Amino acid sequence: MGRATAIGRVRGLGSAKSGTGHWWLQRVTAAGNLILVLWFIVSLVRLPGLQYAAVTEWLRQPVAAVPMLLLITSVFWHFRLGLQVFIEDYLHEEGSKLLALLALNFYALAGAAVGVFCVLKIALGAA
Amino acid sequence: MAEFSLPANSKIKPTGKRYAAPAGATNVRAFKVYRWNPDDGANPHFDTYELDLETTGPMVLDALIRIKAEVDPTLTFRRSCREGICGSCSMNIDGTNGLACTTAIEDIKGEVKITPLPHMEVVKDLVPDFKMFYAQYASIKPWLQTVTPAPSGEERLQTVEDRSKIDGLYECILCACCSTACPSYWWNSDKFLGPAILLQAYRWLADSRDEMTGERLDMLEDPFRLYRCHTIMNCANVCPKGLNPAKAIAEIKKMMVERAV
Repeated sequence: MGRATAIGRVRGLGSAKSGTGHWWLQRVTAAGNLILVLWFIVSLVRLPGLQYAAVTEWLRQPVAAVPMLLLITSVFWHFRLGLQVFIEDYLHEEGSKLLALLALNFYALAGAAVGVFCVLKIALGAA
Repeated sequence: MAEFSLPANSKIKPTGKRYAAPAGATNVRAFKVYRWNPDDGANPHFDTYELDLETTGPMVLDALIRIKAEVDPTLTFRRSCREGICGSCSMNIDGTNGLACTTAIEDIKGEVKITPLPHMEVVKDLVPDFKMFYAQYASIKPWLQTVTPAPSGEERLQTVEDRSKIDGLYECILCACCSTACPSYWWNSDKFLGPAILLQAYRWLADSRDEMTGERLDMLEDPFRLYRCHTIMNCANVCPKGLNPAKAIAEIKKMMVERAV
């Protein structure tokens, strides 16, 4: 790797040949969030009450459970993509950057898994 | 981590000199100028020069030239054309990047504070080191590349409409006002190409005569080289030529999506 010259440093390891997928998915999940969060707010407002029983009864229906699963997936995916950009912007030391990215991936995946599990438990569990 | 304070040897010491206006001056304005000399081992400081605006030219560059000619010949800065086409006198004036030659003194209120372009290594006083910036420019291969052999005895023709697609791009003078105003470039200038170089890259992507579009996009497709741009828009705000690098970068991203999605 040509560290000795300015042009060598700029050329560095070359292009990663990626980045567009990440950028595009961030926009796609943003659009998804917009639609699904609107649906979520409207649904909650239209519920007769926000007690545990009312909400679980609502979430048990497929027309509520499926968009809810999509909402959880889209939100956690968007969160992961966005925070990755933040980490890449500000963390420059390779070790701490790698650790932060690992922690982010674990957190986003675990958070989404818990959310999905909860919805499935309500939707598919005994009444 | 991104650095939010200056390194110890770059901290500005409050030890500057003040050069008073000549006796009888009627319209006095102070110019507070960043000074750093690599040879004396001292930290940077500000020197303040008072000039009589009645007998000084209208632009900030006129003031700097007068200071160097009549008050302090050690003051170091770049300048050449004095009409906004060479890009040499880019610097931070009153908190905003711009060309000293096209920034009018009367548009600035109070003391005129002048520092080098932000977040660049300083060579001396107001002269930043453009070595990496120029290497980044070279890396995008800023020349016409074709597969078709050059036509013999004639130009490569372009329709008027195709030619108009590089309007707003070819005017860039590479003064680096935009790149050095960009926080993404401050934090990641080792890998992010920055607004000036990306606008130049799009100038060749938008040129109907160039046939290396795919190779050019391949070179740019990188989380750091291109995708550090978060449309902060400082670039478009400071461009002394009124160009919009953020729009050019958005056009590159559109081309990337067009070939992938």
